[in-house]
Amino acid sequence: MAQIFHPSTNTISRVSIFGLIFFIAFAGWVAMAIDRSPAVTRERQVIEQPVPFSHDHHVGEEGFDCRYCHTSVEKSAFAGIPPTATCMGCHSVLFADSPILEPVRASFRDGTPLHWRRVYDLPDFVYFNHSIHVAKGIGCTTCHGDIGRMPLTWKASSLKMEWCVGCHRDPAKYVRPREEVFNPNWDPALISAARRAELMKEYKIVSRTSCSVCHR
Amino acid sequence: MSASEEENGPGDDVKDPVLDDQAPRAASCAGGACGCGGAGAREDAAPALWRNLDELQQSAAFQQAVENEFPRQAVPLGLGVDRRRFMQLMGASLALGGAAACTKQPPEEIVPYVKQPEEIVPGNPLFFATAAPMGGGYALGVLATSHMGRPTKIEGNPEHPASLGSTDVFAQASVLGLYDPDRSKTIVNAGRIRTWEAFVDALTMELATQEGSGGAGLRILSGAVTSPSLAAQMTAILARFPLARWYQWESASDRSAVLGSRAAFGRDVSVRYDLAKAQVVVALDCDLLGKGPGAVRYSRDFARGRRVWESAPEGTAPGTMNRLYAVECTPSPTSTLADHRLALKPAEVGAFAAALAAALGVPGAAAPAGWNHPEAARLLPVLAKDLLAHRGSSVVAAGDESAPELHVLAHAINAHLGNHGTTVLLGEPIAARPTDPLADLEALVAELQAGKVEALLMLDVNPVYDAPPELKVADALLSPAARLRVHWGLYDDETARYCHWHVNAAHYLETWGDARAYDGTVTLQQPLIDPLYGGRSAHEVLAVLENRPGTGAREVVQGLWQPRLGGEPQWRKAVHDGFVGGSAAPAAGAGVNGGAVAAAARTITEALAQQQGYTLAFRPDPSAWDGRYANNAWLQELPRPFSKVVWDNPVLVSPRTARELKIDDGTSDGLQGRRAAVLRIEVDGASIEAPAWVLPAQADGVLTLTLGYGRTRTGKVGKGVGVDVNKLRTRAGFWSRAGAAARATGDRYELASTQGHFLVTDPAGVERPMVRRATLAEYQRQPELMHEAVEAPAHDMTLYPDWPYEGHKWGMAINLSACTGCNACVVACVAENNISVVGKDQVFRGREMHWLRIDQYYAGDYDAPSAVLNQPVPCMHCENAPCEVVCPVEATTHSFEGLNEMTYNRCVGTRYCGNNCPYKVRRFNFYKFADWTTESLKLQRNPNVSVRFRGVMEKCSYCVQRINAARINSEREDRKITDGEVRPACAQACPTEAIVFGDINDAEARVTAWKKQPLSYGMLEDLNTRPRTTYMGRLANPHPELEEKA
Repeated sequence: MAQIFHPSTNTISRVSIFGLIFFIAFAGWVAMAIDRSPAVTRERQVIEQPVPFSHDHHVGEEGFDCRYCHTSVEKSAFAGIPPTATCMGCHSVLFADSPILEPVRASFRDGTPLHWRRVYDLPDFVYFNHSIHVAKGIGCTTCHGDIGRMPLTWKASSLKMEWCVGCHRDPAKYVRPREEVFNPNWDPALISAARRAELMKEYKIVSRTSCSVCHR
Repeated sequence: MSASEEENGPGDDVKDPVLDDQAPRAASCAGGACGCGGAGAREDAAPALWRNLDELQQSAAFQQAVENEFPRQAVPLGLGVDRRRFMQLMGASLALGGAAACTKQPPEEIVPYVKQPEEIVPGNPLFFATAAPMGGGYALGVLATSHMGRPTKIEGNPEHPASLGSTDVFAQASVLGLYDPDRSKTIVNAGRIRTWEAFVDALTMELATQEGSGGAGLRILSGAVTSPSLAAQMTAILARFPLARWYQWESASDRSAVLGSRAAFGRDVSVRYDLAKAQVVVALDCDLLGKGPGAVRYSRDFARGRRVWESAPEGTAPGTMNRLYAVECTPSPTSTLADHRLALKPAEVGAFAAALAAALGVPGAAAPAGWNHPEAARLLPVLAKDLLAHRGSSVVAAGDESAPELHVLAHAINAHLGNHGTTVLLGEPIAARPTDPLADLEALVAELQAGKVEALLMLDVNPVYDAPPELKVADALLSPAARLRVHWGLYDDETARYCHWHVNAAHYLETWGDARAYDGTVTLQQPLIDPLYGGRSAHEVLAVLENRPGTGAREVVQGLWQPRLGGEPQWRKAVHDGFVGGSAAPAAGAGVNGGAVAAAARTITEALAQQQGYTLAFRPDPSAWDGRYANNAWLQELPRPFSKVVWDNPVLVSPRTARELKIDDGTSDGLQGRRAAVLRIEVDGASIEAPAWVLPAQADGVLTLTLGYGRTRTGKVGKGVGVDVNKLRTRAGFWSRAGAAARATGDRYELASTQGHFLVTDPAGVERPMVRRATLAEYQRQPELMHEAVEAPAHDMTLYPDWPYEGHKWGMAINLSACTGCNACVVACVAENNISVVGKDQVFRGREMHWLRIDQYYAGDYDAPSAVLNQPVPCMHCENAPCEVVCPVEATTHSFEGLNEMTYNRCVGTRYCGNNCPYKVRRFNFYKFADWTTESLKLQRNPNVSVRFRGVMEKCSYCVQRINAARINSEREDRKITDGEVRPACAQACPTEAIVFGDINDAEARVTAWKKQPLSYGMLEDLNTRPRTTYMGRLANPHPELEEKA
């Protein structure tokens, strides 16, 4: 009886069985890489807003404190987006007839709020609290990147859980003195690891990784 | 299933207590050292505590029900599915399920204010003191939580005398009433939507005509009114129209109390009790702790006298405990705490009171001749002795649903014992105009029939539904002379249908108002939100009658109070506090008329003689009240105390009466009521058909019917639910009616009761009751006796290392001596944690989502149980949690503070955890139970808790959102969390302070002190789960002369 399979079939089958494992592993790696890529996380992508607000101008050039607009960042889970009245505090005089600011003026005139598009959007099952992070010496730029140099606002971090947990497991890497929290130009290299360890003790920072810290 | 159906078929009305399946059980324990005494006698085989007849008899069906996670499992795939097809389906499910999980996050917007109000910090809630209306026009002082302008939760106002920080079920559920999508949303005239202006024009035109005749044709029918502002408006209206009349109608009213105090004192007097000072309390057909305007406060005060391990209330010796005697026809939350309980027919309760008065030597009192009741005869002399030993520190209370004569006797006894002024406080009336609502409604109907009424304004009343049919309210309303009939209310209801105009009312959270609390304290109501549907307040409607149309509710209320209080700062303070300090009703001196006592005793003797047939006892429903809450799904889904039935109002009958009627308890699949027998109840030509619920603590020969069901015009939630029992009410038989006939129709009805769901039991032969109990005397003799039966394993009996808790270590203790089973905790949990309503059909399948259940146990004989015990069961947050180790995806884990966490976004729904939980506190979300589409309901949700989707396990989290908030606040302020700062919703709502929560690592914390007591025990602690939630064993304080080992 003639052989049904050519002898090379042995090799092909061995290679394909062996190769399949690698292929599956590779496919998994590709899927995870895609999931982490800015295409999915929308990291570093500018989201168009009703008014092209520039942090670069207000913070970087004019030197506004973050809390001038984000008033509740020290008191609440939500940092706060300024009411139109805050914008008009200056812009009723400065650039008062700039066409770019027309939506702001219209909002103030008609009493209709501005609809900003959310840049940092956590899933609804994640509960983040700004006030406690700020109180524990975690600065704005730790998560929001070089916000003071962003002409238009983008997301500076992936907001993946591994990114959150990275800090929650080892907060010492990111802690800074409380008075520097709102410093947009802070560089972690400015203080030593020993100083950071001191701050950890001083601010009573503990690694918190229980699920209910963020999920409930 | 077939075996169990055979045994519980409709045929066997009386079950044989000695069933075949008891043989192996008896054999297994005969050899062991369990102490149950071996086989044979029923007393030995029966468990000490039981929930229903099947458990008492340990039937096979019951054992089956214990083993099943759900009473009726999801139907297994049909036999037509072969292995290959099964694999295909499972593969497709896996792939599609995985694909469905890959959702793209929808883009979101942030919409800031244009001008931000000063006090709002986005993300932080605000609290406003306001007044939640209760039955009878009374108010409960509450704090309403507002998240960015949305009222989301009601808590008690800690400074308000009626609340002291606690709430009842109705206040908790009222926030759902606000967002009810079925509320009336428009003004309607003859079926057409009209504007407020059109209504005002129509009304003004009619009023102009009426002004000519002095208002001879103008009538106003309102609910009972305590509101001073509303009363002032009524006075102004009656001044403008001197011939007009104001009537009040309330179906579940305190009519008997009004008539009783008129008879006893010859005038209107308000009565309230100071239970903190009372050492002996006698409740005569009186649900003192469960119903009425003072129930929340009474519960708090009464429970203080039950916590023997804490410092005793003023004027009592340490280690003493108050004593409660309950004599009643149908069990109530109050009587679950009773040390002595006697179930009698309503007329016999009267006889008991008369005999008690006579035994105490009350002038004019006489024991009813010819009434002989062995149990009463045993209790009476002891009770009389106890009361005489506690002159000035006892309370005899008669219930709103009892006869006026009972109130007369209670007043006379209290006066005789010198309780007036100490424990029983008489005050000036609290109602704006105390009235007999039945007489009012009768008068109105007579005038309507006589054609004297031309314009009728009805304010939030529904007499077409809830008045006794013999008054023929609907016919009278159609009287041709009544040319303008206006209905103002939250729902376009049965009465609105008979009116030309219907004006949609504003909810109490939407408008200004005021009302008085149980002690008369003026409680101010302020809006938290603009009317969602443009509703109007009663003040605005009445302002039109006052000829000041356009006057807002705030102008009316502020207009009255600001001058009275002395200026705007005082007004602002009162609004901030939620009540006017020092506005309680002034004390009234009043003596009891001896002739009234004799007359009451005579009436009672006469009533006793007319006891043929069955007696019907009507009660406001613990969920629907008189029907006003019928459309509230949270309340509908609450397991009613005792029957634990949801979405229905079965007739309650005692086991002996059930045998007389030849009906069984409708057990199927080991669960009571699943095939409930339908009774036809007839009295004087009127009849209803209703399913029966066999209730062991019920008085024989009494059929209890609850009001508020069988609504024909309300929202989609309440319409058609249950049976309308108003059809059997009459003027004479308003609360109880003798001479009824009942027979089984042979039909069966499916009642959904949670009584047999999530069963936790002893394995055969092991005596470890879930509720451990003792009498006070036994406990004082031997404090450690709670731990005799079963002991927790040694601490090192585990392979797992101990968890280190460096910071907090949260724990809960539940006082079983205080829990009345009122359900306030359950609704509070629903409101706080966005728990879904699942509906009757799903509850029938055992899929209710409540994170907290209240197990109810009976002790003693089936026909006359010696005690009813309540046990709230939240998650135990075990130290060695059986659920944690079986989760394949680590969706349930142990937190650094000892919480057993449930992470919904990780859960894949294997349900292993629920399977492995010995306490059965985990709830699986079988369908998309949460309403994700109705816009108004979205506003109600707590923004700090995830709204769960289908396919995840849920359970009690100890309100972790509150713990996190407190931790963040305290760490931000660099301080420790103080004891009592974190309270889960259940603990905060509980009127009896039965639930205490705190940090066990804090030696000073109240919860730690409780847990150190010898009374403290863990449920099923022999399983070595080390539960965080522990119980304080239940203590009873029977009179030494009646003490018996139950």
